[in-house]
Amino acid sequence: MQFPAPSKSPALRTEQIILFRVSGQLFAVSSGSVQEVRSVDSLAGSAAEITAPGLKKVRHIVRRSDKSLFVVNGALHFGLPVTPGLLVLVLRRTRTALLIDGIEKMSTMTILQALPQAFCNEERAWYRGLTALDQNVVPVVNPEGFLTSEEIVVLEQSQNSGVSGAKTAGSSIGSVHEPA
Amino acid sequence: MNPRNDLGSQSFVLLRLGDRRFAMVASQIAELVAPSRIFRFPHRTQGVEGVILRRGRIVPVCEVSEKLIGKNLLTRRFYLIAVRNYGEKSEWVALPVTGECELIAAEMSPATEADAPYVAGWISYDGNVIEVLNIDALTPGPVSAPSVCVPLEMQEATT
Repeated sequence: MQFPAPSKSPALRTEQIILFRVSGQLFAVSSGSVQEVRSVDSLAGSAAEITAPGLKKVRHIVRRSDKSLFVVNGALHFGLPVTPGLLVLVLRRTRTALLIDGIEKMSTMTILQALPQAFCNEERAWYRGLTALDQNVVPVVNPEGFLTSEEIVVLEQSQNSGVSGAKTAGSSIGSVHEPA
Repeated sequence: MNPRNDLGSQSFVLLRLGDRRFAMVASQIAELVAPSRIFRFPHRTQGVEGVILRRGRIVPVCEVSEKLIGKNLLTRRFYLIAVRNYGEKSEWVALPVTGECELIAAEMSPATEADAPYVAGWISYDGNVIEVLNIDALTPGPVSAPSVCVPLEMQEATT
């Protein structure tokens, strides 16, 4: 005798996220988008300074086995007051290593609301959307939104123009850079 | 709420910004809510202060007083939740207003070319001529694009 399988309500799809802070502001990123979390000190040995015209948010590159990662200062990217970064999130399938203040915690989101259409500028590329957590609204960053393809070309050109050989000497990755 | 009565007049919501009154077509108004916590995060769109949570939705707060009365509101008592159209789609936006709102019936005179883009028309009420606001021209946003709240599973399925 066969019994029908008990009906199951469809499981609610969830996504693991990492909540992190940049200049005091809380953001979220999908944990699946983060390849590594490193302290700035641990990256110092493989970092070099870079100066690209019009791109003050990137001051360092980090050499990896097969590619170079561009360290994006999260505070400068979002237009927040610059604070000394302590951690770097290496974002999977991008050329971005994101400099942040620290990680708040890991959490789970079930709903990702698209950014309201009233937001109609660069932030549409910055964020995948917004999520509500513990009566808070947190923007969920788009890992591919930190560097445009044009910016990557500019950075690669700067890297190839001789800057890449210079090891970090005068400043560490997390040091405070005031925009010139 | 019937936006148009038998006499040919329309229903409008009167709102107050500072010491000035404006009107919006009543069918564009979702509700009037007490001030709630506003959540701010970095963005580059002028005229959007942040978002509020309302009935499970994340609603952008659009500061329109600078455009309408030339200064920011110092006192804020309510958020008027209005329906803003983006092409064929629509979303809620929250407009900070100074005082309680009033539902009235009036006949609207259409706007002229001399009026600002955010003026949909004019009504006469209580001895005053009051601008009827065009929310689509008053608040920021692209001309058309969808934005909905969907479970993650559905969102991935559509991308």
